[in-house]
Amino acid sequence: MATVKFDEATRIYPGNDTPSVDKLNIDIQDGEFLVLVGPSGCGKSTSLRMLAGLEEVNGGKIWIGDRDVTDLSPKDRDVAMVFQNYALYPHMTVADNMGFALKIAGVDKGEIRKRVEEAAKILDLTQYLERKPKALSGGQRQRVAMGRAIVRSPQVFLMDEPLSNLDAKLRVQTRTQIASLQRRLGVTTVYVTHDQVEAMTMGDRIALLKDGVLQQCATPREMYDNPANLFVAGFIGSPAMNLVTVPASSDGAKFGNHTVTIPREGVEHGGSHVVVGVRPEDVEITTNNDGLELTIDVVEELGADAYVYGTPTDGDISLVGGDDNLAKPFIARVDGRSVPPKGSKVYVYPKAQHMHVFDPESGKRL
Amino acid sequence: MALELTAARPDPALLDLPWRIPLEEWPEDILAALPRGISRHVVRFVRLSGRVLAIKEIKDDIARREYEMLRNLRRLHLPSVEPFAVVSGRVGLDGEPLDACLVTRHLQYSLPYRALYSQSLRKGTATRLIDALAVLLVRLHLTGFWWGDVSLSNTLFRRDAGAFAAYLVDAETGELRNRLSDGQREHDLEIARVNIAGELMDLDAGGLLQEERDPVDVSERIVTRYRELWAELTNAETIDDTERWRVDDRIRRLNKLGFDVDELEITTDIDGTSIRLQPKVVDSGHHSRRLLRLTGLDVRENQARRLLNDLEVYSAATGRQGEDEEIIAHDWLAQVYEPVTRGVPRDLVAKLEPAEVFHEVLEHRWYMAERAQHDVPIREVVDDYVANVLPGKPDERAVLGVDTEELPVIADR
Ligand SMILES: Nc1ncnc2c1ncn2[C@@H]1O[C@H](COP(=O)(O)OP(=O)(O)OP(=O)(O)O)[C@@H](O)[C@H]1O
Ligand SMILES: Nc1ncnc2c1ncn2[C@@H]1O[C@H](COP(=O)(O)OP(=O)(O)OP(=O)(O)O)[C@@H](O)[C@H]1O
Ligand SMILES: [Mg+2]
Ligand SMILES: [Mg+2]
Repeated sequence: MATVKFDEATRIYPGNDTPSVDKLNIDIQDGEFLVLVGPSGCGKSTSLRMLAGLEEVNGGKIWIGDRDVTDLSPKDRDVAMVFQNYALYPHMTVADNMGFALKIAGVDKGEIRKRVEEAAKILDLTQYLERKPKALSGGQRQRVAMGRAIVRSPQVFLMDEPLSNLDAKLRVQTRTQIASLQRRLGVTTVYVTHDQVEAMTMGDRIALLKDGVLQQCATPREMYDNPANLFVAGFIGSPAMNLVTVPASSDGAKFGNHTVTIPREGVEHGGSHVVVGVRPEDVEITTNNDGLELTIDVVEELGADAYVYGTPTDGDISLVGGDDNLAKPFIARVDGRSVPPKGSKVYVYPKAQHMHVFDPESGKRL
Repeated sequence: MALELTAARPDPALLDLPWRIPLEEWPEDILAALPRGISRHVVRFVRLSGRVLAIKEIKDDIARREYEMLRNLRRLHLPSVEPFAVVSGRVGLDGEPLDACLVTRHLQYSLPYRALYSQSLRKGTATRLIDALAVLLVRLHLTGFWWGDVSLSNTLFRRDAGAFAAYLVDAETGELRNRLSDGQREHDLEIARVNIAGELMDLDAGGLLQEERDPVDVSERIVTRYRELWAELTNAETIDDTERWRVDDRIRRLNKLGFDVDELEITTDIDGTSIRLQPKVVDSGHHSRRLLRLTGLDVRENQARRLLNDLEVYSAATGRQGEDEEIIAHDWLAQVYEPVTRGVPRDLVAKLEPAEVFHEVLEHRWYMAERAQHDVPIREVVDDYVANVLPGKPDERAVLGVDTEELPVIADR
């Protein structure tokens, strides 16, 4: 087990002008589960592969424990890429399927047996050790494959979208298994996914990348409650945070005809506008002309509550975010017992304690 | 959702297959029972419009990616199975969606390693398979393909007139780059080593391993063979026009490693002449059979190899690689082989058989060129050989007349 450190780590692919990973700095604790997340092409896989030794590092360093591994070959790094298409061998027992790689590495029989038994206990496979893989369920086979990586007891586990070729049900199930397994083993783990839900549910901390640049690295809670910038605010959370550009003055920001107080820098940053962010569950919704006027387009009933999707009546107000050019709806979660009907007009403003303010130019949190 | 077919040349008959049934449950009568390697996905062979297709049930996006990747590999002339189609949008009889299918053409005469290993193998076949895989891996890496899942299961072997060729069958994890880093190549090698050992241990556990060889030892061969080949092939050199003997030199080095020349390319531009060699792995007896077929010359194995190498150099040097090989062989006989063998004066003809004379003249040319560090015209070589080497040989014809069976090959290297 070990710490991992990305120290100004940079990767420029031959033929590219811009770095795919740009001066990445992350300190990963011993035993931590760190998730690298971000949209397609942001540099997650490249970062992981730099750590694995599969991608050259053009600047900066990578450390595992107190070893500078920047120039070491993959097999000298003591890391294991998990789930790389592990085949199960039909004539070999579950125990041999888990332990054979140790035999190749020259580990003695007794030690192999010991490690296999330990791993089997953790994976709940003890009673199947002498069986052939044919006699196992899909989930159990998946665990045998995990066992292959575990018995090697590497310093770090690396996983790159390991669930991508599983069906939805097995994916959720395996996600939970991996997370709890990692906690029991306490092996430092770096996990890549493009799915923010996966990131939020699995990681001790999340590192969010965009265009090769680290946006924020924090616990899921911290990312959710205190996003460092507009990009993080828009990426984390589902449905996403509403981000509205509104006029600002020394009195505060005008959310429709409702004035919200904003931090002093918000007023002092010089511009005439700020971006106010509010999560769907933090929206005050009324019918008495107080706040930003919305027309309700869609109502999504969820039982105890409902989501309503609306468009600002004032055509000049638009929501920030959304990769496409479609107008983004404003989303609010409302009590299931008092849902405004489709087509009606409502007024919304953020709950005072649950509001985020961003500089519209730099995107930074104010 | 409608059934969707992606293919370069779609065959309408493909639509008649029972796509609404999970592949695992397809009726026996449409399946072709051919051997397969280990796989996590369901793979079946079917006969369709007079050919055999391999069908793999796999997620839609992965199927498409693999299809495109196989197309790229074919475009780059790398040995892989040929992609045929992707069938997606499948719906089961119960209305539930089914995974897509990647369809490839079954590689004719190919055998998965399990089939090869469970037959009684001729001595040396196991190591030849590993050598053929090493050739494949080096080729893929030279082109910038990172495999990510190198294994015997993901390779098909084809035996063709004594040559062993390995083909890539599973491109699911592969990636194409401009160039691979050392780390990427090392990673593929490590994957190969572990997978091969695992696959052989599995055969061993199933009592299917014929040769008494340690799986770990065999798996290590992939690493050593790969490294030797890589070093030899990347040690690219340009030569100038007076250094043709260096072509010879490189072929000899490759032969010494136990590989043969499959293709030889000599290109000349302003930077000089560069040589590209494509290695291959052959069975014993391959060379003499091939030479006999091409030229009618019936000679021993190592002579034949030497003669074929020279034929290869001749065809590359005259820029005729694409042409019919029998015609090239005919011209080579007339323009290269016969002038040399005819250069032996009558009184010395009894010394050696003509093919051996030719073989020795080529060897002699190499020695002379190496000593001089530049090419020596063949006339000079023949003269020198006739004057200084041949007279010292015993009269072989007389000996040959007595018994042709018990004589060792006269290699005299
Ligand atoms: N071999 C390469 N050569 C050139 N550019 C590359 C190469 N591999 C990746 N890139 C570029 O580097 C950037 C980061 O790629 P990377 O694969 O790390 O992204 P990612 O976040 O893992 O994306 P995804 O979720 O789509 O896998 C992208 O812009 C990509 O186009
Ligand atoms: N075109 C083909 N010609 C001949 N054999 C084939 C062909 N395609 C597949 N096979 C056979 O089917 C087997 C399984 O195919 P493949 O390796 O593509 O499946 P997979 O499920 O992706 O495997 P893996 O578990 O390694 O990911 C191969 O080992 C090979 O023997
Ligand atoms: Mg395969
Ligand atoms: Mg595969």
